[in-house]
Amino acid sequence: MPSATGKFSFWDLANPTRFLSYSGKLLPWFIAATVITMTAGLYMAFFTAPPDYQQGETVRIMFIHVPSAWLAMMAYSIMTLSSIGRLVWKHPLADVSAKAAAPIGAIFTLCALITGSLWGKPMWGTWWVWDARLTSFLLLFIVYLGLVALWRTIEDPLKAGHAAAIMTLVGSVNIPIIKYSVVWWNTLHQPPGALRITGSSVDSSILIPLLTMAVAFSLLFLVLHAMAMRNEIKRRRIRTLHLSQAQTATGSVTSHTLSSAEQN
Amino acid sequence: MTRKQKRLSMIVAAGMVLALAVGLILWALNDQIVFFNSPSDITEQKVKVGQRIRLGGLVEDDSIVRGEGTTIVFSVTDNANSIKVSYTGILPDLFREGQGVVTEGSLQADGVFLADTVLAKHDENYMPREVADTLKEKGYWQGDKTK
Repeated sequence: MPSATGKFSFWDLANPTRFLSYSGKLLPWFIAATVITMTAGLYMAFFTAPPDYQQGETVRIMFIHVPSAWLAMMAYSIMTLSSIGRLVWKHPLADVSAKAAAPIGAIFTLCALITGSLWGKPMWGTWWVWDARLTSFLLLFIVYLGLVALWRTIEDPLKAGHAAAIMTLVGSVNIPIIKYSVVWWNTLHQPPGALRITGSSVDSSILIPLLTMAVAFSLLFLVLHAMAMRNEIKRRRIRTLHLSQAQTATGSVTSHTLSSAEQN
Repeated sequence: MTRKQKRLSMIVAAGMVLALAVGLILWALNDQIVFFNSPSDITEQKVKVGQRIRLGGLVEDDSIVRGEGTTIVFSVTDNANSIKVSYTGILPDLFREGQGVVTEGSLQADGVFLADTVLAKHDENYMPREVADTLKEKGYWQGDKTK
């Protein structure tokens, strides 16, 4: 609902039409910010960051690996919040957000798995081990793929959204397990060091490029997510149009799924 | 309660039950989830000869003895107990005295752990070489004692 006072409210964004209009205006700025931070981050990662005292140049894999893993988990957290919004408030935009984030999260997860494997071979001496961190992270990838498949299996977006939201919430128990796997059990993967209360165990000359890359990856995710949401909203409108046309053509009056994305 | 509040409380309740169930499963599987056992675990638990396990700890200082070809004998310690490990093959680059390692193999009748895999474990400290050297000079070094 448009606010009568003329003041901007967060909930104004939560309307598909208004979301399309605002995101359309903001996207170019976010794309520019992504390109700038990504360029700066990659330059620092490859040229100004020093080699590690122990790992040498191999440490540079971290600048891709760690932000990918963070974003893989952030994408899932966004999907979890969206799923709660979908189930409790039945909000159509929450549904769109959850669906749009899944493939992007899956790609970030795959990126973290591949770069981790490439890093593991020279440092640990193995591409893969079944320790708690690696196994729970692989599970996250499988959950992502399952969710994408679920969205595609059920044709009606309302039913698909409902099923996917429940599965997303079930899968969200894995997120704290991934996070704390290296603390709860002994693993081959090292414990977290970059961001912790007692101070970072990563020297600032390596930490600054890492955090820059993390900001760049977060912006990249926001851009991709907003674009995917816009596509999804438009896709649903086309679907609704097709359905109403088909119904007019056959003269049927079953008011099924009509304007499912627009009822707000 | 409105319908929204009802739905929200149902999700919260289901979430708590699910978290509790998963928590109990992980608690029960604790022994299987840990990636390796320390020398103390293995000494105390009386691991059977020939049983396949992973042994993890630090490579003990002055314990590395290189044999013929790529055979190497070293001790893995957790600063309480240590176990002698024999391994033939290529070692990871990070392998050295004081370094964390995880070895996979089985205990022999003579008490030597015959490993067919040696993996290096590294810690979460990342810094340029100059910083590491400065820390060592000033005596603030708390990490490995390799250099």
